[in-house]
Amino acid sequence: MLANVIFWIAAVIAVAMAVTVVAAKRPMHAVVALVANFVMLGVLFLLLHAEFLAIIEVIVYAGAVVVLFLFVVALLLTGVSAPREDEGPKLLAQTPLAIILGAAILCLAGFAVAINLTLGPTPGVPEAFGSITLFGEELFTTYLLPFELTALVLLVAVIGVVFLARERH
Amino acid sequence: MTIPLVDFLGLSAILFAIGAVGVLVRKNPLIMFMSVEIMWNAVNLTFAAFARHWVNMAGHIFVFIVVTVAAAEVAIGLIIVVFVFRQRERLDVDELSSMKG
Repeated sequence: MLANVIFWIAAVIAVAMAVTVVAAKRPMHAVVALVANFVMLGVLFLLLHAEFLAIIEVIVYAGAVVVLFLFVVALLLTGVSAPREDEGPKLLAQTPLAIILGAAILCLAGFAVAINLTLGPTPGVPEAFGSITLFGEELFTTYLLPFELTALVLLVAVIGVVFLARERH
Repeated sequence: MTIPLVDFLGLSAILFAIGAVGVLVRKNPLIMFMSVEIMWNAVNLTFAAFARHWVNMAGHIFVFIVVTVAAAEVAIGLIIVVFVFRQRERLDVDELSSMKG
């Protein structure tokens, strides 16, 4: 019962903050709303017995990723005389078309959800499910190769960023 | 009393649609990136919900990998935004039309 109440509170805040991100006039407001959205996602992960995911959601997303966004927003937009006007005129019927397409995506996803209505009740979980111990065991045994490949992805990203950020003469 | 799987799937669908609308409706690349992050997170929620439903850790591992890729994507994407801004002094994706055929 308590879990349901927490779920609905977190769900409503997450959706409201996502809408705020999309509708925000200033990028800084969008970043703050994004943090709230990520923290609520962390709460939802906890409700799903995904302890480790909740932790990395808050540390990696609400921490690292948002700090990157904050750096860029603070770096780029403080010196601009009119930060509100960083968007030019919209394309023809951009907003209505986008909302129609969004509604189409929602209908499609809703159809997928409706198919899953027959999946039956969620079973109980063993105590260890989602714990960091079990996660680490799986990650370093069954899924060792994908884990190593993510290291490669990060390496490529680092090299790419350093290459792009180098001094040009 | 566990929360039904369908509730999580519905929430995740709504978040994904909001993110998609954000990418389509905004022209500031920073906000578009944030909308993409919302979409990543909606998908992560689906993975975690199904992992919980089938009591299978594979979904958690996949979310971990998605988070890693998202972090790499943000790093690369933001440095491109910084460069575009330095050259044009404005954040508007419609101005980036030099590759138009």
